[in-house]
Parts: sequence; structure tokens; C-alpha cells
Amino acid sequence: MAHYSFQFQTLAILVLRVGVRQEVVMKDGILLQLNNISVVYSDVIQVLKGVSLSVEEKHIVSLLGSNGAGKTTTLKAISGLLKTENGKVTDGDIVYRKKSIQNSPPETITRQGIIQVLEGRQPFKYLTIEENLRVGTATRWGKPYKKDMELIYDYFPPLKERRKTLAGYCSGGELQMLVMGRALMAHPQLLLLDEPSLGLAPLVVMEIFQIIERINKEQGTTIILVEQNARMALQIADYGYIMENGKIVMEGVSADLKENPDIKEFYLGMGTSGDAKSYRDVKSYKRRKRWL
Amino acid sequence: MDFFIHLLINGISIGFLYGLAAMGFVMIFKSSSVLNFAHGELMALGAFVFLVLIGWAELPVYVAFPLALAGSFLLGFVVERIFLRPLIGEPLIYVIMLTVGLASIFKGIMLFIWGGNLYTFPDFLPAGLAIHWGSINIPPVYVVSIAIGLIFLMLFGLFFKYSSQGIYMRSVADNQPAALSLGVHVRKVFALSWAIAALVAGMSGIVLGIINGINVHDLSSIGLKVFPVVILGGLDSIGGAVIGGIIIGLLETFTGGYLSTSLRDVVPYVALVFILMVKPYGLFGLIEIERV
Repeated sequence: MAHYSFQFQTLAILVLRVGVRQEVVMKDGILLQLNNISVVYSDVIQVLKGVSLSVEEKHIVSLLGSNGAGKTTTLKAISGLLKTENGKVTDGDIVYRKKSIQNSPPETITRQGIIQVLEGRQPFKYLTIEENLRVGTATRWGKPYKKDMELIYDYFPPLKERRKTLAGYCSGGELQMLVMGRALMAHPQLLLLDEPSLGLAPLVVMEIFQIIERINKEQGTTIILVEQNARMALQIADYGYIMENGKIVMEGVSADLKENPDIKEFYLGMGTSGDAKSYRDVKSYKRRKRWL
Repeated sequence: MDFFIHLLINGISIGFLYGLAAMGFVMIFKSSSVLNFAHGELMALGAFVFLVLIGWAELPVYVAFPLALAGSFLLGFVVERIFLRPLIGEPLIYVIMLTVGLASIFKGIMLFIWGGNLYTFPDFLPAGLAIHWGSINIPPVYVVSIAIGLIFLMLFGLFFKYSSQGIYMRSVADNQPAALSLGVHVRKVFALSWAIAALVAGMSGIVLGIINGINVHDLSSIGLKVFPVVILGGLDSIGGAVIGGIIIGLLETFTGGYLSTSLRDVVPYVALVFILMVKPYGLFGLIEIERV
């Protein structure tokens, strides 16, 4: 008899747990929510250690942090590309439009409107610009694309001039436009941009960021922006998260983050004392927050 | 002079067949970078299926031929599904070794069912297809092989250049992570390329069977001849496969005709070495686009 009651007890706990799981109530207007997710690569390397963030519809949310903080991994966890790189979400869940997506393959996730633009511009080198854009229609099996292409050329005029050129022969700025345009062809509802400013001239960066803002305003596309260029990112973002060592260490409205003294010092390079100082001189509470 | 023209036509039509066989090989290589060592066996299987349908079931050609092709297509699909899909994401060498194993399995099955005997198809090609031109006679089989070669070359050209599916296949070959991020269904692309490759292999097996008779060992060793053809034409060029096939076919028949039949199989390889010294990527192979 005791044996049975024990089983009932575990069963009850199980039921309770399932119940709690389903009770993840999302506030209205929240498009995506990461609840305490952990990510492990190759079963041994833990990269994310409990990351939670939420993204409101039609917002630009920026994800900042130094190299190796886990920003790209966070994006790949959302888009599902993690699974093709031997990574796994081991804990927590990713909720998109009230549905859990952490176990879906990338094909399913992209079809729900989440498109990631990979870091370092990954064009199809041996396809022309136009063919590259056409690959963006894969989520709807290549159905009508002419009108979308006009829209892309409107956002990125340089692409139109070079539409018959192999992407392998285009410049960095053109390629950044190409990969963003290619993603737009898929009609994304949530666009994950991984370091769009990487290796571009300041003027081109400015142009790219203006276009990102326009896309967000005109198309109503929600955007998660991963950046090293914190100043630019905070200028166009509504909300920001700061990551370090696989954890979110700070979050807030962009305007607040810009004024935060620690961020000013460690991130925007506007330290009050000015001259470079040794790690030993940094106050102990700031050591933990040293982001660079 | 007549002898020369006779050899020329022989060479071209044999070359078209090599080219056709190589096309299937190139398809698989283009989309997944896998060298398929079971290609000759796929050719033989196609020929035997056709033999069963036309010789033993006595179906008319216009039913048997499409059926045999459909069977090959399905076979490619099934092979991909059962043997290759579990290896997606594993090192390429595993997949290539697997195709070596597949070759043995197929060969074993065919030897088990049909033995090592030489079979011939009943004569079904209408004599009206032959071309008589002065003292030159082109037998119907050669006319058919050239026609089929040309038609398929054109179809593939159009497919890869204009159809969405073709462009997705090229995008996967070009940059797999980027294709995944845009929602291209990579597993479907692999399945489709194997199916098409098996179809083309089956078709060239059938035509070769009409010319030389069907024998497991002969057909699978012709599969090995695909290697000089594709290396000559460039491993990733469909048009190159056909041109490479024609060059190898001509070299073979001319050496056989003017020098000695025992040199037939050697001279093409010697020529191959010299061509590769001048054009290391093959005649039409893609030259890696390097950007800094």
C-alpha cells in the first residue's frame, strides 16, 4: 500500500509541474520570451547559463556584450540553428507566439517568421544577387517574389545595379545589404540580426542602421540586434540587454542604459577618470561588471 | 575519312552517355559534396529494372521506360532516406565510405538475382531513327543517346538557373548554414538530389545496356569512368560533365581506332593528367572566389 501511495505522490507532483509549465502567461504584446534557458554544446560546453529575456512586438531589442558572452548562441537558440551545430537547449523554454519552439527544427521555426541574419555576412558566393534574394522565398516555396524584390531594391538601391553580379564579387557593404534583403524576402516577423556593423566603414554602418530602423517602422518587423557597437545599437533600440559569461547582467530601456555610469565607463568608453587604469585599481564591485 | 567520321560519331555518342552518367554524379556532389562511389551500381540497377519490365513483363517501351525511370527516382529517394540521412552533420568521409558500402550491397543484390551473365534487351528501337548520310550510318541507339543527352542537359540547365527548387539546391551547395537560416529544407534538397541523380544514372544505364548489353560488372565499372569525366569537366559543373564525357569518349574511340584497343583505357587518363596541369579545377570547375 505504501508503495502505491508513493507512486501517487510522484504522479501528483508531475501533474503539478506540467500545470505550472503551461501557466507561462505571456503579457499582451510580447512576441518572444526566453525563460531561463541553458545551452550546452557537444554535451559538455555550457555556453548559456540561464538566460531570460522578453521581446515586445514591433520593438528593436539590442543584445550587447563582449566576445564570447553568448549573444550569438542566444540567437541560434531562438532560430533553432543550434541543433545543426551540436548544441542543445538543456533547460528552460523559448516561447514564441504562446508556443514553445525550443525543440522545433530550423525549417519549422523559419516558417513561423523567425529569420536569422548570420554573423559575418554569409552570402551564396556563386549565386547572383538576384538569385541570393530568391533563396529568401524558401519559407513559402518560392511563391511570388517579384514585388518583394522591388521592395528590397527600394530599401537597398545599390543591390539593384548589381543584381546580375555574383555575390562573391560584391563589397562588404553590399553584402550586408544583400543578406538583410535576403532575410526580408522571407517576410520575417522577428528578425535576428547578428552584428550587422562588423567590419564596415562608419558611414556604411550609419546607413545600415538607418535602414534597420526604417524596416522596423515601415514593415513592423520586430528586431533583435546583437552588436559590439553599443552606441549605435542603443540609439535605435527600444530596450537593451547586457550579457556576460552566458548570463544577462543588466537590462533596461535604451535611454536609461545610455545614462548608466557603468555602461558609460565600460562600454561607451566615456570613463569619468579618463586615463587607462590597471585592473587592480578598479573597485571590486565594478570588477564583476567589467564588460570589456 | 569515313573511318574518322565513324569514330567521331561513336566517340561523341559514347561521350554523351558518360556525360549523362556524370551529370547524376555532379548533382550529388554539388548539393552535398559527397562523392558517390555507388554510381555505377545505380546505373546497373536502372538497366536491370528496365530489363525486367520490357523483357520479362513485356510492357511496351513507352510504359516501361518511364516506369524504370520512376523506379530509379524512388530508389534514390529511399537510399537517401535510409542510409544517408542519419549521417547528415557527420564528417564527409563517413558518407563517402558509406557509398562504397552501398556499391557492394547493390552489386551483391544484383549478382544474387541476375548472376554475372550478359543480358540483352529485345530490339525495340525503330530502325527509322537511324541516320544515313552518304556513306555514314548512325545506328538508332547513338541517335537516341545524343538526343537524350542534349534534352537532359537543357532541362538541368533550366532547372538550376531558373526554378526555385534548383536555386535552393545551389544555395545549399554554396553555404549550408546560410541556406538553413533562410528556411531552405536541406534534408529535402539532399533527398531530391539523390533521387534525380539515381534517375539520370538509371537512364544512362539503360542506354548503355542497349549498346553493350547488360552485365553487372561491365556497368558498374563504367560507373568508375565517371571519375575522369567529372574531374576533367570540373566536379561541380553539369555542362562540364557533358563536355568532359565527350572528350573522354572521343579520346577512347580514337585511341581504339588508330593506336590500339589495349590503350583505350589508358590514354584518357594520360590526357587527364595533362589537362589538370593546365586547369587544376577542371575545364569548367568553379574557381574559389577569394575576398579579403
